[in-house]
Amino acid sequence: MATTTVSPPAPGAAVPGRRRRTPLARREARWAWLFLAPWIVGFLAFQAGPMIASAWLSLTEYDVINPPEYTGLDNYRELMADPQVARSLGNTVYYTALHVPLVMLISLGLALLLKRVGRLQGFFRTVFYLPVMTPAVAVGILFLLLLNTQDGLINRGLALVGIDGPSWTTDPDWVMPGIVLMSLWSLGSTVIIYLAALQNVPRDLYEAASIDGAGAWARFRHVTLPMISGALFFTLVVNTIASLQMFTEVYTMYFGNRQTQTSFNSDAATFYVIHLFQEAFQFLHMGYASAMAWLLFLIIMGITLVQVKLSKRFVYYEGEDQ
Amino acid sequence: MSRKLRATALAGVLALAVSGCGGVGGGDDEAGGTATRGTLTTMGFGLSDEIATTRVDAFKRDHPDVELKITEGAFDEQQFLSAVAAGNPPDLVYMDRKLIGTYATRGSIQPLTDCVDEQGIDMGQYRQAARDQVTLDGTVYGIPEFSQVRVLYLNEALLKQAGMTADDVDLADWAGLPALNAKLAKVSGGKLTRIGIDPKIPEFLPMWAKANGVDMISPDGRTAKLDDPRVVEALTTGLKLIQDQGGFGRFKSFRDTFDFFGAQNPLVKNQIVAWPMEEWFLNQAAKNSPKAELVVKPFVDRQGKPLTMSSGQAWVITKGAKNPDAACAFVKQMTATDTWFAAAKARADARKAAGQPFTGVWTGNLNADKKIFDELYQPTGNKRFDDAVATIRAAQDVAFAMPASPAGAEFDKAWYDAVNRVLAGQEQPAPALARAQREATAALDKAAK
Repeated sequence: MATTTVSPPAPGAAVPGRRRRTPLARREARWAWLFLAPWIVGFLAFQAGPMIASAWLSLTEYDVINPPEYTGLDNYRELMADPQVARSLGNTVYYTALHVPLVMLISLGLALLLKRVGRLQGFFRTVFYLPVMTPAVAVGILFLLLLNTQDGLINRGLALVGIDGPSWTTDPDWVMPGIVLMSLWSLGSTVIIYLAALQNVPRDLYEAASIDGAGAWARFRHVTLPMISGALFFTLVVNTIASLQMFTEVYTMYFGNRQTQTSFNSDAATFYVIHLFQEAFQFLHMGYASAMAWLLFLIIMGITLVQVKLSKRFVYYEGEDQ
Repeated sequence: MSRKLRATALAGVLALAVSGCGGVGGGDDEAGGTATRGTLTTMGFGLSDEIATTRVDAFKRDHPDVELKITEGAFDEQQFLSAVAAGNPPDLVYMDRKLIGTYATRGSIQPLTDCVDEQGIDMGQYRQAARDQVTLDGTVYGIPEFSQVRVLYLNEALLKQAGMTADDVDLADWAGLPALNAKLAKVSGGKLTRIGIDPKIPEFLPMWAKANGVDMISPDGRTAKLDDPRVVEALTTGLKLIQDQGGFGRFKSFRDTFDFFGAQNPLVKNQIVAWPMEEWFLNQAAKNSPKAELVVKPFVDRQGKPLTMSSGQAWVITKGAKNPDAACAFVKQMTATDTWFAAAKARADARKAAGQPFTGVWTGNLNADKKIFDELYQPTGNKRFDDAVATIRAAQDVAFAMPASPAGAEFDKAWYDAVNRVLAGQEQPAPALARAQREATAALDKAAK
């Protein structure tokens, strides 16, 4: 890539208030905007537009069929008092609190193992990533079978070691752990990110640490973790956001097709986005659902901001001063 | 006239010209109805079998000037609402009848009063239960198709093992059901290996409540009766049958392993003795396990009188439909007696070619059902299945349906959630249904505003 060097002003020369850009810099900027244009157009058309529309709709009574009717902050007041909103939000936060640390820990463990595999690493990397390719609906159905209390593979496995497995899909206390178990199916993306980060840690750092007498744990704690902290932070943020937006697999498992509505569903499996979807498309409360969407947006933004703030203390990026 | 208004008027005229649709009653066709031409779009319907294709072919044959565009697939609320919001709804939508009340109240589907009058559709030909589900406040919003009813299936081989006959299974005697269930169910090594009686709740709770003398919602679909003691008693009865078989977790897990559509169905595998279920299982049993010792009895109320719950599909014409005349002609022909008969004949021929028995088609149209069973249906020679067909035919005449309701979806959710909380052991039947009553009433009141 071409780079531009700007010569310092000659001693005694007048320093202009605003530095003039060279023709090359201007040309580069134009190219940059050109390459950014598809994303900007896409964002404005498919994200910013709908976001502004939903912000407006959240202030209305709107059923999709009839024109929206302005109601001010009524939807927000109603959702603050809605026990279903509190319950679904509680379930979602509970899931996030279980899912994110587990995914990060297990993925890191797997990535560390993969790093040691050697020549077969490519094969195992593919194997770990394959489940990510499974459609979410298929995953939901698959885990309904695996989590079957009487004949599911998981409880059969537990029975082998003398444990009477729980009713994963019907006991309210076990529904969420069952969903978390299912969610671990697709941790392949996180494993691949960690593996890439681990492979980028310079070997000389480990060698220097060893010479200084650092053991395996000390090398992991003081070399590996800081060097992959950027990847850890990235996966923390994206997994948290994805968890707070959990929908497809759980909807398939517990809510299915409303036209048949034969599946058992549990309060314990009502995630926030599922409740939002029901309000929007089954009960036709699109204005209320829009308010729910904005509440979730604010929650996610708040959590992400806290994470970013904390990251300044714990995350090391190569090239920055420490 | 302002420029904007002129442009709008011009666009409207052009749209009408292009679609070839000048409004309802554009002239007479050969059959004496209104002329139909232009494009006709549908949503929620599929051409999955001969029952669908034969009827669609009949419409195409009789209406060559109509270009029929069928977007195949089951009805999807999100897809439908998106089309409505975009101002581009299909002309016709095929949906579960229980959804009609909600969409009618919101004005997304048209009243069919003019359609029925102008096409001369005889609403009396459809079964009463089906009519109830497509009628809100006396106005027809849909033309019904099919009538699925529930009957009691019994595995007589297992009854014999327990020293009983089908006559010993008396669903009218609620007090005796737990003892009967205990004799029939089989639990070994802590695992449920055979279900005695499956009450099929939550799905069939309205039928158990009706058997106990109460409707869960008023006939006009506007007043919930979920906290009625008779509904509570119905739920308590069903719950006990499940709890006595190891609790809902074990019960459901075992039931989830059943394959009702295959040769290894629970009847063949002796996994269940007595269960109410839709009539379609008879077709599957006749096809996959003709030698099974199956007995079909009517579901009965507490006085022993047969009753059943009916459900099915309906065609609705959307608000903003571009070709309502063709849509109306289509629904008339799709649900007409002769069209149904032709479709049933195609199925009977297909079954014969495959060496499988034909057990009838339940159309929702009284005249069509009569013609099919009087002129087309042939007893299979297997007395069990022939008796079963007769039982189902009789059940069609005593069917009730959950009426159209302006907040049908929320009403259903309220009582489904209540039953699920009870089954999961989170709540007792009375408080669960009391909460459901509050939730359903709030939704119904809101919808009424």
